[in-house]
Amino acid sequence: MNDAFAAAGRMRWGWFIAFAIALVLLPAVSETHTPTLLAIWALFALSLGLMWGYAGILSFGHAAYFGLGAYTYAITAMNTGESTAPLLLALFVPACVAAVIGAMMFYGRISDVYMGVITLVVTLILFKFMNATAGDAYRIGDARLGGFNGIPAFPILNVPGDPSTQIFGTPFYYVSVFCLLGCYLVSRWILAGAFGRVLLGIRENQARVELLGYNAPAHKTAIFTVTAAMAGLAGCLFANWAEIVTPSVFSLGQSAEVIVWVIAGGLGTLVGPMLGAAVLGMLKLLLGQQTLIDNSLVLGAILILVVLLVPRGVVPAFLAWRARRERGAASRRSAQGTRRRRQRPVSGTT
Amino acid sequence: MDFAAVVTLEILYMIAFLALTSAGLAIVFGMMRVINLAHGEFVMLGGYTTIACAKAGINIYFAMLVLAPLVVGIFGLVVERLVVRHLYGRMIDTMLATWGLSLLMVGLVSLIFGNTAVSVPAPIPGYQLGNFQMGGYNLFIIAVATLMVIGLWLLLRTTRIGLVARGAMQSAEVASSLGYNPNIVYMWTFTAGAALSGLAGGVLAPLTGLLPSSGGAYIAKAFITVITGGAAVIAGTLSSSVIFGTINQLVSFASTPVLGEIAMLALAIVLLRLMPQGITGRFFRNST
Repeated sequence: MNDAFAAAGRMRWGWFIAFAIALVLLPAVSETHTPTLLAIWALFALSLGLMWGYAGILSFGHAAYFGLGAYTYAITAMNTGESTAPLLLALFVPACVAAVIGAMMFYGRISDVYMGVITLVVTLILFKFMNATAGDAYRIGDARLGGFNGIPAFPILNVPGDPSTQIFGTPFYYVSVFCLLGCYLVSRWILAGAFGRVLLGIRENQARVELLGYNAPAHKTAIFTVTAAMAGLAGCLFANWAEIVTPSVFSLGQSAEVIVWVIAGGLGTLVGPMLGAAVLGMLKLLLGQQTLIDNSLVLGAILILVVLLVPRGVVPAFLAWRARRERGAASRRSAQGTRRRRQRPVSGTT
Repeated sequence: MDFAAVVTLEILYMIAFLALTSAGLAIVFGMMRVINLAHGEFVMLGGYTTIACAKAGINIYFAMLVLAPLVVGIFGLVVERLVVRHLYGRMIDTMLATWGLSLLMVGLVSLIFGNTAVSVPAPIPGYQLGNFQMGGYNLFIIAVATLMVIGLWLLLRTTRIGLVARGAMQSAEVASSLGYNPNIVYMWTFTAGAALSGLAGGVLAPLTGLLPSSGGAYIAKAFITVITGGAAVIAGTLSSSVIFGTINQLVSFASTPVLGEIAMLALAIVLLRLMPQGITGRFFRNST
């Protein structure tokens, strides 16, 4: 328990700054197209990791908010022709949807399994609906929803207030990295405060937290909403990266992938999910270039092995191993110390 | 009049479809509180077994009614021993591991059979009902589903095996103190659930055709049917199959099939909000 609280509030500024500098310098040595995508995926995984790892809420359909962010951006960008308002809406719309669904689930006191079903079903409804929106009947303003083919050719991000200066390539990489690091800091800030402590309490024992007078459903709805906004931001960035939005953003595979990233990277940490997304995302891209082994075969095998062998994820397992080793070294040292102290009086008397 | 008959038959077919595809999942969930997210892929595997056997010249009824359950049952047995066995009592971990299994199976099947649709013609010809052309094979599916539900009920209610299974489900400790090893009971329950999934896949294969990713189409519907049904295996699955099947087809006839599915999914959310323990958590409490 104490470890959990201590780890949640700890911010390692040294590592953070070193990592941020590394990310900023990356374009000097590498192309930015792939790193941008990895940063976006890391942001998506971070949003689920924050909710699942710290508040104990597992959503089987986190892709719903990712997809809603992407679609909201595409539709409003086509209608307004610039990107500032669409970007904000891409955060706002998923957050509102999540607030409604979250309130329904958490105030209804629906248990884990049933929550999994509801989140999954919401994603499926969106997936089926978007796939069926081909044709002229389905249009919002100037944007045709396009069914299976999705929405192509919407305006990409531009400098706020200046629609003619578009952001793509390396500048877009910096925007994505900025969003990722910003959301990481926001997550840390949430967890360090009283609100975050209550969330951890809910994860450990909801009944006890409620008996202490905290409103658990309100806290859970709030974190559900915040993480949905983060996922929406990731979706919006993804739309800008891909420059097309298709219903596959709502697919079960998308929801499954982000869960695999989070669980493999490590539940109950923030670095773990981001790391998991970057490493497994890279692996997925590399596997996509060859046709020998099927992509989902590898992903599935990784998920099974992780659940069976390192159920807490790679980063927590590593931290536990290091803590054990340090404790082991410390206890060896103290054991030697006590032996010496004991020996001294003995040698003194003889 | 003919139209009413067509609608009724279509509703019955949908109910049979839901009952068939969710029975395997319901057994495993109801008896063991394990949610098998690879269920859809078990169904898909049954379908591929049937099609592969039928193409190899084996009688198609023998392939779908005997070989498909057998193959998928054995596969389920292996999976239970290798993976699921280690995760009892950890519901979320089981869901994740079986989800991994489902991805793995999709990958394997695409490697073996290729990423293209395979199909086999339905062995029963269609017939004319007034002005409507109906699939005769649908009647066969309704019959199989009915027989399966009756058979399951008899097995669980009247035989010693059913008694032991229900006992282990209510209290594993008591069952083991009476000399029945819960591990063995769970192993065979999971195998039976997998075999039922195989049967569903085999029977449905001639109707739907198959892709490696077909499992995804079954899992969501089966999942909501079972969860909405609640803990009682047969009464729960039947009651939610009836509700969802009826709604799905009525809305489909009134508008489009996509809206029918969306209506079904939306209804599932509403039902779960009203009855968080499922239908059998509130009604038919002492049923099987």
